[in-house]
Amino acid sequence: MAVVGEAAGLAGLHVRPALRDRLDLPRRVVFLAAASMVAIVFVLLGFIAWQGVQLFVQNGYPIGSVISTTWSPQDAPISFGVLPFVAGTIGVTGVAVLISAPLSIGLALFLSEVAPRWARAVVQPALEIFVGIPSVVWGWLGLTILVPFLRTNLNGLGFTLGFSWFAGSLVLSIMILPTITTITYDAFRAVPQDLRTGSLALGTTRWQTIRHILLPAARAGTLTAIVLGLTRAAGEALAVQMVIGNRPTMPTSLTQPMTTLTSQITLDMGNTVFGAPDNNVLWTMGLILLAISMIAVLLIRKLNRSGGRR
Amino acid sequence: MNTGDEMTTTTRAQDPIEASIDPSPATLPPRIVPVGPGRTADDARTGSPDVAGVAAMPKVAAEAVSITYGTKLAVRDVSLEVPERSILALIGPSGSGKSTFLRCFNRMNDLIPGARVTGQVRLDGIGLMDPDVSVVELRRRVGMVFQRPNPFPMSIYDNVAYGPRRRGASDRAQLDELVERSLTRAALWTEVKDDLRRKSGLALSGGQQQRLCIARVLATEPEVILMDEPASALDPISTLRVEELMRELRELYTIIIVTHNMQQAARVSDRTAFFNMGEDRAGYLVELDDTRTLFTNPKNQLTEDYVSGRFG
Ligand SMILES: Nc1ncnc2c1ncn2[C@@H]1O[C@H](COP(=O)(O)OP(=O)(O)OP(=O)(O)O)[C@@H](O)[C@H]1O
Ligand SMILES: [Mg+2]
Repeated sequence: MAVVGEAAGLAGLHVRPALRDRLDLPRRVVFLAAASMVAIVFVLLGFIAWQGVQLFVQNGYPIGSVISTTWSPQDAPISFGVLPFVAGTIGVTGVAVLISAPLSIGLALFLSEVAPRWARAVVQPALEIFVGIPSVVWGWLGLTILVPFLRTNLNGLGFTLGFSWFAGSLVLSIMILPTITTITYDAFRAVPQDLRTGSLALGTTRWQTIRHILLPAARAGTLTAIVLGLTRAAGEALAVQMVIGNRPTMPTSLTQPMTTLTSQITLDMGNTVFGAPDNNVLWTMGLILLAISMIAVLLIRKLNRSGGRR
Repeated sequence: MNTGDEMTTTTRAQDPIEASIDPSPATLPPRIVPVGPGRTADDARTGSPDVAGVAAMPKVAAEAVSITYGTKLAVRDVSLEVPERSILALIGPSGSGKSTFLRCFNRMNDLIPGARVTGQVRLDGIGLMDPDVSVVELRRRVGMVFQRPNPFPMSIYDNVAYGPRRRGASDRAQLDELVERSLTRAALWTEVKDDLRRKSGLALSGGQQQRLCIARVLATEPEVILMDEPASALDPISTLRVEELMRELRELYTIIIVTHNMQQAARVSDRTAFFNMGEDRAGYLVELDDTRTLFTNPKNQLTEDYVSGRFG
């Protein structure tokens, strides 16, 4: 305080107001909002982490017991192997992205590089509406149209197909298509026009310019789009659950029913008692899902930083 | 690798009917050196008719070129010729259509939605407006340097090797040689030779970037180079280096340069064309002459006013 007084006395410029004065009312409101936001996130994270380990702490199961492919929460011998769900989530999401990413990137390329203005004006709002369709609607469409369609039309191919890994991935791929498309599109638009003209003026074709200038320059944005699509797909419960068949075994074939972390959690959470092992294992599964999406977020941040530096 | 959607073949015929019956599709033929009997290289340079009274074939020529953007006429009825291995400067007030006109020599106006070019543009006598001309091949032979340096976000080496690689050059030794030769010719080699592959083209200074862009064009081994205010974003020293470079390049290439800097036009060019805007705001060619004559003894009052700084 002595320093402050001295400075004020000297020039009247280097006045350092008290903290209370610096935080005037609007600032205080914003600060409080931000602080409570952060607090809520951390409390939630803490709660899920705490609940996620209760199976081991409260119910005394060894950590290794969940690393098993056998899921038998009711019938002896009781086993809480979560690997079928983890594998199912990775499998259904992975295939969904494999289907969706090429389509989305192609669509984004078309919109950004080829499409006339009117086509852009039609497709963009359509994509936004797409994003707004609730997942239960997608699930319902999958259940009433896709699954019967697969069953009646593809059974001649030598396998049965209905509620299946493939059906789940297909529904998911449609759901994440607008996400990947719009973010990739933005990444393409952010590439300076100068680079395209510079490349074309050297006597390269439009395709060569896309391949050698545009795609590398938009690489970080495209990867971000794919990772966001992955997290969106991994977190989706309802639509997947409605078409996937929910069989808690390790996924072996695209044509067979399987299950995921999210669909098992939503299926079982109403039928278990809070604190019981078969309830706590659901929290453990939730914690795993959270870990997966946190890794994705870190990945995106890293991608964006490396993209910005170039 | 010339298999893009823009790749078509070209015939020599200008008449559409002749073109349609010509059975032999060919790409643009190799450059024709128009040095006939009784002609010297200097004749070719100034474009003066030789003793026999036969005019040299110009390297590039515009014939009654008009260019519109949508309904707006930007360039009206310009005809001019550029002899091989000479520098033509385009000067004129802002908006007089110099950039627009320049872009018709490598058909870059094709990329601008709504732009329409009428008339004919010729390279070695071949009509470039013909629908069967390969713009990809054309742009390799007619390179372009832009106002703002636009190096690609890749290493210096990859920037220079970009054009050749896209048409299939992959021999390491040949590419190395081509990159060195292009950078040397662009007066950049000694400054960058130590971190060719490590340093990004974006990490260079503005003047170096522009010389990199020139090297990038040289690597595609063009015959004509178009430059749209190549030094306007550069400091005076870099500008001098680029001007020096242009005078050296004149020994090998035909150059058309747009510039706002009249000293620059006077310093580097052999001939100068003065563009102006008409009442209807469409650009047109007022006068074209040897640079010295145009600056010291112009025929047109508008030119005189412009070069003496009375307007523009
Ligand atoms: N992409 C475009 N779309 C529509 N109009 C354009 C476009 N580019 C240029 N024009 C118009 O054409 C006219 C000529 O423009 P241009 O850029 O060729 O002039 P310029 O002589 O190069 O001018 P400057 O010296 O300022 O570069 C101007 O009226 C301009 O508004
Ligand atoms: Mg211009």
